[in-house]
Amino acid sequence: MNKQVETSDRKIIASKHVKLGQKNQKGQTYTDVNDIFYKAKQTPSFLTGSEVIRAAIKIASVGTSVAYPITPQSEAAALIGELYSEGYLDEYFRGESEFAVMGQCAGAAFGGHRVFTTTAGPGTLRAMENFPMWAGSRLPIQVCVTCRGINSPLSIQPDTLEMHYLLETGMLVWHAETAQDLFDFILKGFIVAEQPDVHVPIATCCDGFFVTHTKDTVELPPDDICLTPYDPYRNPQPVMDMETAPIRMMRDPFVMKSNYISYATHASWQQEIKAAVERSRKHTIPLLDGLIDEHNTDREILVVSSGTAVSQSREAIRLLEQEGIKVGLVKIKTIRPFPYEEVRQATKKAKHIFVPEFNVGGWLAREIKACIPDNERVYAGPHVAGGMTMPSEVIVDEIKKHLGMETAEAVSLG
Amino acid sequence: MSRMNIRISGLGGQGAVTAAHLLAMAANKDGKYSISNPFFGAEKRMAPAESYARIGTERIYDRGELVYPDVIMVFHPQVITMQKSYTAPFYSGIKENGIVIINTSDDLLSEEDHQRLEALNVAVLNHDATKLALEIGKTELSTNMAMIGACAGVTKVVSLEALDGALQDRFGKRYVASGGTATLDEAIKKKYAKKEMLLKANLECITESYKMSSEWAEKQENLNLITV
Repeated sequence: MNKQVETSDRKIIASKHVKLGQKNQKGQTYTDVNDIFYKAKQTPSFLTGSEVIRAAIKIASVGTSVAYPITPQSEAAALIGELYSEGYLDEYFRGESEFAVMGQCAGAAFGGHRVFTTTAGPGTLRAMENFPMWAGSRLPIQVCVTCRGINSPLSIQPDTLEMHYLLETGMLVWHAETAQDLFDFILKGFIVAEQPDVHVPIATCCDGFFVTHTKDTVELPPDDICLTPYDPYRNPQPVMDMETAPIRMMRDPFVMKSNYISYATHASWQQEIKAAVERSRKHTIPLLDGLIDEHNTDREILVVSSGTAVSQSREAIRLLEQEGIKVGLVKIKTIRPFPYEEVRQATKKAKHIFVPEFNVGGWLAREIKACIPDNERVYAGPHVAGGMTMPSEVIVDEIKKHLGMETAEAVSLG
Repeated sequence: MSRMNIRISGLGGQGAVTAAHLLAMAANKDGKYSISNPFFGAEKRMAPAESYARIGTERIYDRGELVYPDVIMVFHPQVITMQKSYTAPFYSGIKENGIVIINTSDDLLSEEDHQRLEALNVAVLNHDATKLALEIGKTELSTNMAMIGACAGVTKVVSLEALDGALQDRFGKRYVASGGTATLDEAIKKKYAKKEMLLKANLECITESYKMSSEWAEKQENLNLITV
């Protein structure tokens, strides 16, 4: 297992092929990621999530970004195009479909660029084949997934079902609660994903509309500093071409044949990708202040959640508090790697664990049930799906009902 | 802790989303906590579009569709007459002592609607915002400005100074929005020779509407709105 890492161990080494303090062609100073977040002065701004994506990419030293329109990420993709026209990116163009976009991202990453793209809902699923390809090729591409409904009949509203499809792609999967999280995750995500012992793609997910189209207060560092660029020489494997592994393996008869050694080769490679995702913990813990956030986890009733469902739970906990019902909260920030040990520890004293989710499947509840003892403590719900809002009153009602308490009639006339 | 929940029901193209953002931006400038978000289907004009502004004295996490509003603004009669709202009736979930502001010259509510709202001490202001928009802004596209003014005048949830600042931020600078919004932004900017004139007309529209609704509010005997 990994060595235990404390949140105070802020030792992360980024690119070495530029010097810290040196300026890029836009006059931005290359700055250590820790200094950007923990030393630079942060100024409050009132922005939508899309505008926040722009603000993050402006200081992320991105080489290439490929765009394709799909609600709710279209505005962010357009704003990145603006940054390109201002000279902040080397390459930016529109792909022909999400599938094409992700392939083009792969090409740019193979070529040594830091690559960023955005997608959502049906787009994520259309692009899906590329995600395990990215991971298997060890490309540290970042895709911001602004979750929306994926089913027919169409919905453009938030629904986190698409995240479930990403869980076993070999990517890092982080789930932002707010625009602030999204800003932090985008910048920190590049640094973690690009570490030589990680070097896998990352999906920074947020709930569409609730984050992308919502105006909220965000603390931003100045935009005259920026991340150090991606250093392709820190890639843990040789540049892939027909003569080097793993592409070479595809050509070589022993792997393409149906025999034990070919299966073993593939299996060990998949295990290595999984291990790389696990190794990202030691870089992520200090940068994100842990893979989870805990509030009052000594209480008997806990809500464990991720994304916007955390925000709605915070409000529900406030309402319950007014009635004298004390509830603790665990916010899960990284879905891959999943914080198994952290969740086990945080839920140790809980008798009832509620997992509110914005999807019909309840995948987060299943992840939690799979890793804690006495998992009959887990109540998978409340759920909303198809773009529905989860009012905090609904969480309150569901908790009270499950605990056999009386629920008051809501004030609604509807 | 106090919080005012504002729900705006309008039709695509009327600026309901912009209105919620402006109210939240203004509240932020006034030093309050605020959050605003839209809710709509695939973009099309005249289809139902809603937006929500939550303004309070403490950090607000709540987002998404606003189920229990204190203030409801109806930007278009069709919201009521053709049921172009996300809830039925359009005032579903309104809190006690709330207020409904409707952009209309006529009473659009049924007897039953009136009884239900009266039972909750919800005041109804029929406010012809489009008429004001046409008179002052010379375009019905300023309807949202008149509605913002009415909301501020009745509730005092944001100041006129802060609304002026929010207008400058939204229309004075370069702003990237989705295709539909960008087209409408262009349409309204073309009506004015200079951007400053657009800002001035918008502010005048807000101010006049603010005055009218303030006067109306002062005359109401049972108005018992939440203050933030």
